Amino acid sequence: MSLAQAATAPADDVLLAVEGVTKHFAGVTALNDVSLDVRRGEILGLLGENGAGKSTLLKILSGVQPPSSGRILFDGAEFKPASPEESKRAGIVTIYQELSLVPTLTVAENIFIGRAPTGPLGLVNWKKMVEDSRQIIGRVGLTIDPRTPVSVLSVAEQQLVEIARALSLESRLIIMDEPTSALTESEVQRLLAIMDRLRKDGVAIMFVTHRLEEASFICDRMTVLRDGRLAGHLDRENGEPVQIPKIIERMVGRAASELYARPHKREVPDEVRLSVRGLRTVRDPEAPHAIVLEGVDLDLKAGEILGVAGLVGSGRTELARAIFGADRIAAGTITLDGKPIAPQSPADAIRLGIGLVPEDRKHQAIFAALGILTNFSVAALGRFSNGFGFMAERREREALSNYKKMLSIRMASPEQAMEGLSGGNQQKVVLARWLARDPKVLIVDEPTRGVDVGAKAEVHQILVQLAERGIAILMISSELPEVLAVSDRIVTMRRGRITGEMPAIEATEERLMELMALDRREGRAQ
Amino acid sequence: MSSTVEQDGRGGVNLTRLMVNFGPLIFLAALMIVFTVMSPNFIDPLNIFNILRQISITGLIALGMTFVILTAGIDLSVGSLLALCGMVAAVVAKGGTANTLSLSASGGTGYGWFAALLAAVAVGALAGYVQGLAITRLKVPPFVVTLGGLTIFRGLTLTISNGGPISGFDASMRWFGNGMVGPVPVPVIIFAVAAILCHIVLRYTRYGRAVYAVGGNAEAARLSGLRVDRVLVSVYVIVGFFAGLAAFVLSARLNSSEAVAGMGYELTVISAVVIGGTSLFGGIGSVGGTVVGAALIGVLQNGLQFNNVSSYTQSIVIGLILILAVAFDRFLKSRVRR
Repeated sequence: MSLAQAATAPADDVLLAVEGVTKHFAGVTALNDVSLDVRRGEILGLLGENGAGKSTLLKILSGVQPPSSGRILFDGAEFKPASPEESKRAGIVTIYQELSLVPTLTVAENIFIGRAPTGPLGLVNWKKMVEDSRQIIGRVGLTIDPRTPVSVLSVAEQQLVEIARALSLESRLIIMDEPTSALTESEVQRLLAIMDRLRKDGVAIMFVTHRLEEASFICDRMTVLRDGRLAGHLDRENGEPVQIPKIIERMVGRAASELYARPHKREVPDEVRLSVRGLRTVRDPEAPHAIVLEGVDLDLKAGEILGVAGLVGSGRTELARAIFGADRIAAGTITLDGKPIAPQSPADAIRLGIGLVPEDRKHQAIFAALGILTNFSVAALGRFSNGFGFMAERREREALSNYKKMLSIRMASPEQAMEGLSGGNQQKVVLARWLARDPKVLIVDEPTRGVDVGAKAEVHQILVQLAERGIAILMISSELPEVLAVSDRIVTMRRGRITGEMPAIEATEERLMELMALDRREGRAQ
Repeated sequence: MSSTVEQDGRGGVNLTRLMVNFGPLIFLAALMIVFTVMSPNFIDPLNIFNILRQISITGLIALGMTFVILTAGIDLSVGSLLALCGMVAAVVAKGGTANTLSLSASGGTGYGWFAALLAAVAVGALAGYVQGLAITRLKVPPFVVTLGGLTIFRGLTLTISNGGPISGFDASMRWFGNGMVGPVPVPVIIFAVAAILCHIVLRYTRYGRAVYAVGGNAEAARLSGLRVDRVLVSVYVIVGFFAGLAAFVLSARLNSSEAVAGMGYELTVISAVVIGGTSLFGGIGSVGGTVVGAALIGVLQNGLQFNNVSSYTQSIVIGLILILAVAFDRFLKSRVRR
């Protein structure tokens, strides 16, 4: 962690000052008297659970919405952007999770969108545009051809292009909203290194993130929000990073030791429920770089939580999808309770008693515009309907109301649209969806992604309860503390293979990370 | 712990929320009041049933189209398919094609209305099935497949009929177009029964849930174990079936099947569904909305006619209302979400 030393910015060089900003929506106070400042050449972390008011603050700063009261000073002058364009012109650029590049245009076209250099006839000067783009992306360490269409870039590269574009617009404050959530570990390191470089160049960065380790590592100072109010400012002390437990305490308003408690060793009956041997998946000619499984062996016992730790691109999600019948299998066998199975589709797998809580909740799991009831019962329509195909709505509602109590789902009514729930409550509804089928095997892929800290612990508890009921749980996660806290046994994956296996009691983050991230093992084997 | 913003917009009954749910209906009622004030005869039951009979043909197809649009699909071929089904119905009813057509209405060499009806809906459903397969198996977007269908079915119709109409059906078949049960025209009864059935299917059955789920998020539906492709094929079968049924009623009413029947119907039908609040992106909408949407278009046409507005101007007004209705809907929904 060598970047930590660089983190000393001139203390009173305030670029942006937010003073007592409040925002009401239809009687609800989303932000209540929040003040913070960002100085030139520093990285300020903005932290808080989902619903803490971070997004509202970002919308105000980027000119999407005006504040109800309070004022903002930017570079000493009062700042009241009426539109995102105005905010951008003033020098504040926000880089959202959902990137705003046009995928069909090239890198250069995206950088110069709306302001392409022109020649004497008013025609675009392509040569200059490409040359300038090359320089601009060089600032963020990208060496790709600017004539590459954005659609073929990785998410990390696209993000860097956005940052480069922001720099070329003479931005003085770059706001990054969860920039690392879709990146692999090495990409995260690269991004953090670039953020550090920009900080040295005098650019101010507001870093909004859920990932406390990264925030602690890179940020000079942090501002924590809770329930729309300021929950505290945290500074580095003597150049030492802010301690993570301190951040968590501010975020949730209670001590961090209550989260991520290591479970005792649980007794798991020695009964193999799901067994995978030599599993390989098909290489898709349309996506030659996609990860394929290169022969995976795995045993999952009834009542056990098997943690699968792997980085993005390790094949962990592909493993889940292959078992679930969502992707095609090239070779290998899967047995469930001793019988060989070959699910050709998710419908097959579900009928056999397998459930999947997918990684990308918004696109793969929920029906955002539909009611909670429909979201809940969609995988068990057969159980909640009679022989004539009519829904047995009373039974359906009773079941939902039971799960609502059991999982403490906070919702207004079964008809409420799913998009109105917080991430944690959405995830609980998705879990309830599978519980209604009483599965033998439940695969959960990144079960707490986009779930706020408090609800995370609840989801973990639910998983343990389900295992105690005898369900075999395969839990895929890139968050090592989560893997360590919830699993009974852990396997690590890398490049489509299992690279290690151990009881959770014997595992440490360092050991897992080594098995997940290092090439050494493979090198030795050859 | 959970966010306070979640509570937004749920504080009891508020006017905007009410209007979102009943927007098109309110619009329809207002329009009827205006037309009644302008000419009191407008509200006469005879005229109302007249309007209902007028909308029953496109209304029937709009019921099927609601299923399709709920899955985020579209079917542009329904107008041509209606002509094709009508022509098939005529051939079956008369027992021959246009070339052998010298029989009188009471000729009796045909196969009767029931066979004609069966043939019409079977051809419609089959055409929908084939288009559904092209959409799901060949992965061609619905817009393109049914645009192809639009010209193919018209071409088939012209081939069968050799370009001309087939006319003169027996009285039992004509009853389905012109008959009355008490004061109610038969096509209106058919439309009403079909609408109620469709409402029940979408609202209360397992299949209905699947339609909404597939339209709401096809990938999530697949990963929840729904047979997405089957659902998609089925909605095109349904709209095809209704095109066939509508064709039968239309032929019965006109006592003739025309090769040029149903031109441009796809636009009226889609307008009715969209005005009724069904989202072109899928997952949101209802049969009730579609019925109101169809009625709104019928009332507009009839009311404008009542006030001697030319048919040219009528189409301008209907186009504007279509855009306004959707804009209004969007506006209300955006206010509720805030």
